[in-house]
Amino acid sequence: MSLQDKDRIFTNLYGYQPWTLAAARKRGDWDDTKALMARGQDAIIDEMKASGLRGRGGAGFPTGLKWSFMPKESKDGRPSFLVINADESEPGSCKDREILRHDPHKLIEGALLAGYAIRARAAYIYVRGEYIREAEVLFAAVQEAYDAGLIGKNACKSGYDFDVFVHRGAGAYICGEETAMIESLEGKKGQPRLKPPFPAGAGLYGCPTTVNNVESIAVAPTILRRGASWFSSFGAEGNKGTKLFQISGHVAKPCVVEEAMSIPFRELIEKHCGGITGGWDNLLAVIPGGSSVPLVPAAEIIDCAMDFDGLKAVGSGLGTAAIIVMDKSTDIVRAISRLSYFYKHESCGQCTPCREGTGWMWRVMERLRTGDAEVEEIDMLQQVTKQVEGHTICALGDAAAWPIQGLIKHFRPELERRIGERVREAAE
Amino acid sequence: MPKVTVDGIELEVPAGATVLQACELAGKEIPRFCYHERLSIAGNCRMCLVEVKPGPPKPQASCALPATDGQEIRTDSEMVKKAREGVMEFLLINHPLDCPICDQGGECDLQDQSVAYGRGKSRYDENKRAVTEKYMGPLIKTAMTRCIHCTRCVRFSEEVAGVDEIGALYRGENMQITTYLERAAKHELSANVIDLCPVGALTSRPYAFEARPWELKKTLSIDVSDAVGANIRLDSRGREVLRILPRLNDDVNEEWLSDKGRYQVDGLTRRRLDQPWLRRDGKLIAATWDEAFAAIAKINPGKDVAVIAGDMVDCETLFAAKALAGALGSTMIEGRQTGLDYSCESLAAVNFNSTFNGIETADAILIVGSHVRWEAALLNARLRKAVKGGAKVFVVGPEWEMTYPATFLGTDLAVLGKLPKDVTDVFEKAERPAIILGGAGLAKGALGPALQLCASLNLVRENWNGFNVLHMAASRMGGLMLGYAQKGGIADLAAAKPKLLISLGADEVDYTRFAGSMIAYIGHHGDSGAHAADIILPAAAFSEKPGTYVNTEGRVQFADKAVFAPGDAREDWTILRALADALKVSVGFDSFEQLRAAMIAAVPALGREGLADYGALPKGKGTASGTIDAYPIKDFYLTNPIARASVTMQRCSAELLHGQDFAEAAE
Repeated sequence: MSLQDKDRIFTNLYGYQPWTLAAARKRGDWDDTKALMARGQDAIIDEMKASGLRGRGGAGFPTGLKWSFMPKESKDGRPSFLVINADESEPGSCKDREILRHDPHKLIEGALLAGYAIRARAAYIYVRGEYIREAEVLFAAVQEAYDAGLIGKNACKSGYDFDVFVHRGAGAYICGEETAMIESLEGKKGQPRLKPPFPAGAGLYGCPTTVNNVESIAVAPTILRRGASWFSSFGAEGNKGTKLFQISGHVAKPCVVEEAMSIPFRELIEKHCGGITGGWDNLLAVIPGGSSVPLVPAAEIIDCAMDFDGLKAVGSGLGTAAIIVMDKSTDIVRAISRLSYFYKHESCGQCTPCREGTGWMWRVMERLRTGDAEVEEIDMLQQVTKQVEGHTICALGDAAAWPIQGLIKHFRPELERRIGERVREAAE
Repeated sequence: MPKVTVDGIELEVPAGATVLQACELAGKEIPRFCYHERLSIAGNCRMCLVEVKPGPPKPQASCALPATDGQEIRTDSEMVKKAREGVMEFLLINHPLDCPICDQGGECDLQDQSVAYGRGKSRYDENKRAVTEKYMGPLIKTAMTRCIHCTRCVRFSEEVAGVDEIGALYRGENMQITTYLERAAKHELSANVIDLCPVGALTSRPYAFEARPWELKKTLSIDVSDAVGANIRLDSRGREVLRILPRLNDDVNEEWLSDKGRYQVDGLTRRRLDQPWLRRDGKLIAATWDEAFAAIAKINPGKDVAVIAGDMVDCETLFAAKALAGALGSTMIEGRQTGLDYSCESLAAVNFNSTFNGIETADAILIVGSHVRWEAALLNARLRKAVKGGAKVFVVGPEWEMTYPATFLGTDLAVLGKLPKDVTDVFEKAERPAIILGGAGLAKGALGPALQLCASLNLVRENWNGFNVLHMAASRMGGLMLGYAQKGGIADLAAAKPKLLISLGADEVDYTRFAGSMIAYIGHHGDSGAHAADIILPAAAFSEKPGTYVNTEGRVQFADKAVFAPGDAREDWTILRALADALKVSVGFDSFEQLRAAMIAAVPALGREGLADYGALPKGKGTASGTIDAYPIKDFYLTNPIARASVTMQRCSAELLHGQDFAEAAE
């Protein structure tokens, strides 16, 4: 059974209504937020834990658990901060953008509730640099909320002071990594920090900080209003709730849609995207979670449940649920090579394996694309990806390695064919 | 004390130690590029990866991982070996194979570690990266294609030097290390990044293509360019010292060295006095040693003799000269060339009592008349550490460019009598308050008033002495211990109108005050002292004689001889010994060992390496008045005859302090 309209959290996902505070209030946002806050911080965190919400930024860490790591009281006078990651730069992802421009008040209300729950002094929303209109909407929406007394001093008349700052990035993918985002917020070069210390201990300006994805924060008010049991009634065990799926590529109608977690791939595509171009037989492969997860060949994905555990079972991941569908007209090697170029371009250059490895991998991929390589180089490339994966400070190294590993795992014959053809051509 | 296991060896490590330190304690070598004990942890080279259980099933950067109880660390597993090989391979794919023309060759971390941990062959078939050179000033030569982006240089200038000068541009494999707008690095410790650089990206510009490390003879010595007494190593080949490097001494210089101490080295071979000279009819004429001694003997000075010592003289020379003057019946000896006449009754009152290590822990510091950055660049780095630890710094004197936050209290010394409330508030709360009195303060008679502050600000407590005088001359404390101080300073010598004035490399003296005296200059450089001299007796520079030096903390240190003095020049003590024969007196020693023994018999503290004990601080008296208009050092790079003879130091002065443009030679 798929999600019904009454159970959709993002009721203005497509912007059919205005984003303004007045319209948002009609949709139920900011409805007696004071009462939600009056439940108390621990109750809010417990509710979030019970809802089974896993972080929507890609790693899938339980949100309520993350909030509970924050200090209950400041022992040394340091304030706590909430940082909201709106630096949506993963190729294929476009869900946060819809929230920012069409439903910003869900995010701002979520920021207040989350910030209150983790006892934060303020929330910083780090918006991707290229999201110019979205940032404009967000700035205006935050101002509306201030003017209405919903945030700022005595937010929603709850007696709690809470500020929301919007900060625009400058267009670096790596600033979507939580510690790089903190560095960037502090005005430094966006390079990930070493962990430990984790942000919950020493994050923004050295203070306890929680970094959450836009979607994780934006769903929080509705979860609190409708209850954890409602939210956890969707999806399979361990993968609860509803989720924004972003389907792009070779489908009839690419879209962003809110669906229940664990929906089978075939159902998702049939119901919302009008099927694969050229029919299901024409499906080649799917990258199910944004560019950084390994691709899954058609046969394995069709009946796979679209959730964290289901996709893990087929050797990939849910990531941000940015589903890139590729039919048989795709030059799969070129597609992955292009992703390799993206990671080479976006590597921050801080640590060795990623800085040197991404460039090497891309150059080999480019040669594999044209077949200008030796068969042994496929194995070498696989080894290089293994030398990068797990050896870096942040996950960008892994993200650069996985697509190539997926390609070699599933499409090695294609790589060998190209090399072979090239060799034959040269011989003739 | 967490207990960990490293490759099966169980051991306890100090709380707060990292896994890397634990491995070192267990005697395991962990390769590294970015990690450095005195810099913050970057964790970016990934060379120090080890396997740690419990933990994720991937290798961990040991430099950044805290050692915790029950950890099982493996440095010899297959995973670790592979990880090291992998990182090594990545570091080398874009590193040029120009070791034969690289100055780092032979002392290159990348070379050594690729031999030890690399795979031995390359699989990289693409083009290598090339990076344009960056101009970093007259001292640092760059070859940025060799850079492995360890960011040690960035962290050094930001953390230790306190100037945001070096940083990284761009990202990914296009990342480049450069100075801001590619301008010269302009601080007094800039060349330390050359030592820090694990590869040949930053090398020494003056030393470029001079020698290979295995050709050099290494001699342990002491820096004489200031009163810090940094521990150095002289690298020489044949008769020439080719470079000076800092040595590790946590009590003095940690492992840094000021640019002057490092690069005045080329001054050691220029403008040298290599034969005796005699002044005849107003002109200096080359002479022999016999002629020179005969000329001195001829005036038969008797007890009308005085000795004035320069800034870089070792204690043995000072003692020999004192012995000679004593044998002739004179006690007219003085080392404060510029006319300072502060009281030296108690040496504790003119000593840096907190010690350099101690001043790091001070929490309130009042600097009176000292441009610390130029007078003791290494001490300035310590003060920066203190400030980072929470210390508040106040300065009386003209403003200078600080490398840490500080409050200037004006130039009027009267402020010492009535310190503003915000200053006294800080000192009242301080647990380790300190005062640093510099040369400009001493010149204005601030010693007595500053000593009074000891009582009013409670600077001396249990295990803490916060009264410090910062000298600028390497010979100062040694000279004071040997009695090189007259009550009225150099004015007493001038008033005595000696027939013979022996100048031990004194180049800052106003010799017009000694117009009636015969000036015998025993020194090594043709500087102002030699110009004023009637007789020049060529002597050895600090690198050419063994010697004892006492730094401004009262720390006695010994230096060795690296090379022979040029030409006819001799070690100073032999000249004084021969002069005693010419003047027909006995000084009581015939060898260096006898001289040193006599000196130690006279001043036992000079025989013991380490801090001398000067007893308790005396009470202060007097009120401070007058304004400090300027600091004694006008040009950091040209403070002594060796530096003034050095082409490198001249260029540093012209380019870095006076803004002169030096176009790069077209290639």
